[in-house]
Amino acid sequence: MQYALLIYNQVGDTDGLTSAELEELSKEYWALRDDPAITGGAGLQLPETASTIRLKDGRPLVTDGPFADTKEYFAGYYLAEADDFDAVAEVAARIPALRFGGVVEIRPVMGGHS
Amino acid sequence: MLASLIGVLGDFDLAEDAVAEAFAVAAQRWPADGVPDSPVGWLVTTARRKAIDRLRRDRVLAGKLRLLEATERGAGQRPAGDFPDERLELVFLCCHPALATEAQVALTLRAVAGLQTEQIARAFLVPAETMKRRLTRAKVKIKAAGLPFRVPPERMLPERLGAALAVLYLIFNEGYAQPPATATETETDLAAVAIRLGRVLAALLPDEPEVLGLLALMLLHDSRRAARFRGDDLVLLPDQDRSLWNWEQLLAGSALATHVAGTSGPYALQANIAALQTEDWIDWPRIAALYRELAAVTGSPVVQLNGAVAVAEAEGPEAALAIVDALDLDGYQYWHSTRGELLRRLGRAQEARDAYRRALDLAASTPERRYLQRRIDETG
Repeated sequence: MQYALLIYNQVGDTDGLTSAELEELSKEYWALRDDPAITGGAGLQLPETASTIRLKDGRPLVTDGPFADTKEYFAGYYLAEADDFDAVAEVAARIPALRFGGVVEIRPVMGGHS
Repeated sequence: MLASLIGVLGDFDLAEDAVAEAFAVAAQRWPADGVPDSPVGWLVTTARRKAIDRLRRDRVLAGKLRLLEATERGAGQRPAGDFPDERLELVFLCCHPALATEAQVALTLRAVAGLQTEQIARAFLVPAETMKRRLTRAKVKIKAAGLPFRVPPERMLPERLGAALAVLYLIFNEGYAQPPATATETETDLAAVAIRLGRVLAALLPDEPEVLGLLALMLLHDSRRAARFRGDDLVLLPDQDRSLWNWEQLLAGSALATHVAGTSGPYALQANIAALQTEDWIDWPRIAALYRELAAVTGSPVVQLNGAVAVAEAEGPEAALAIVDALDLDGYQYWHSTRGELLRRLGRAQEARDAYRRALDLAASTPERRYLQRRIDETG
């Protein structure tokens, strides 16, 4: 089955890390990509870089943001292929975000029952 | 039987429907043709065929093709009538932590204990529609999220078994909070249902001390249930009429508790505490020691509070009050009622009444409120 592992980080969770430590962390995320269960994914830039598009009076309107006052933000995702939920949960448990108080949402992909 | 089919078919609804159809066929044929040699085997085989028919009709649904293939493979591998006991797999599926606790409870009662949706709804005082939706949602999630139908591997087993036992104990306590069922209600009496499920688990996992510990604990508690209520009033252990105890069940529970004595799991420890409390001469120092062990295992202040009650008997109310006062349980009814009891014994009547009143403010159930009001009136 195919799953998306949606990573939510706590705002400021890695603020105390040195640049060497951040590099190390980034390597960890890339290393997970080498796991046979992981089939894809992307890390996102910080939410400050986000823009939003919506329809206003039928025309697309782009605005800066959103800057929701939440303590958690969507930071990236992996796509995974696993036999069942337990198998994918074991992979998800290794995502570094968890160690920094983040959470990972496990969502089956539509049409991903193979 | 349902467990066996869900195992083969990998689909809850499909298995349920197929079983219902198989029973309908049996109701038509058996009176005329006679009951087959292996009725359950016949039903499973028939239900499996019904399911395959249905899957063929649903062939457009690509996802189900996989099930069809698996079903035919499964049917080919297993001679008719020889189907595996997959109740354990079913228990672990129903109690999977990715399901909400209330869904785990409902599914376990529906699929493992075989209760009707309406019966479960009544037991939890929710409309039947709500319970139906809860079950449907859970089944959809099982399928969509790919929750596995299998006994978890060794490394996951302690955690998963803990989750399954917690569901059973939750079901039990739901029933235990009520006076004993009348004969007509026993089928759906949740304490009796939980004990029945506990026996099934104990038969399937006879080497797991916590499974036996939980069964022992439920048997011991339930054996005293008739003595726990006088009308609507709650009767505490020391005041209970022992002739109302179910001694057969109590002895069975005690024997099981003894069997797992010395293991350090929370249910085994609680069962041994409960067993000791039913003896003529109660070994309070030993109970207090078991509570200390239990508190260390669970890290729970509520366990420490209960242990303090044993300390009160073993060493006196002063030592117990020192333990109680060190606990941060101000929002907890039983912290106040325990303090009240200890203060009363120490002759500090005014403080005792105040503590009982705080407990009364927090008490939810009517029997408990009446008990506390009596205590306030008596403490003078």
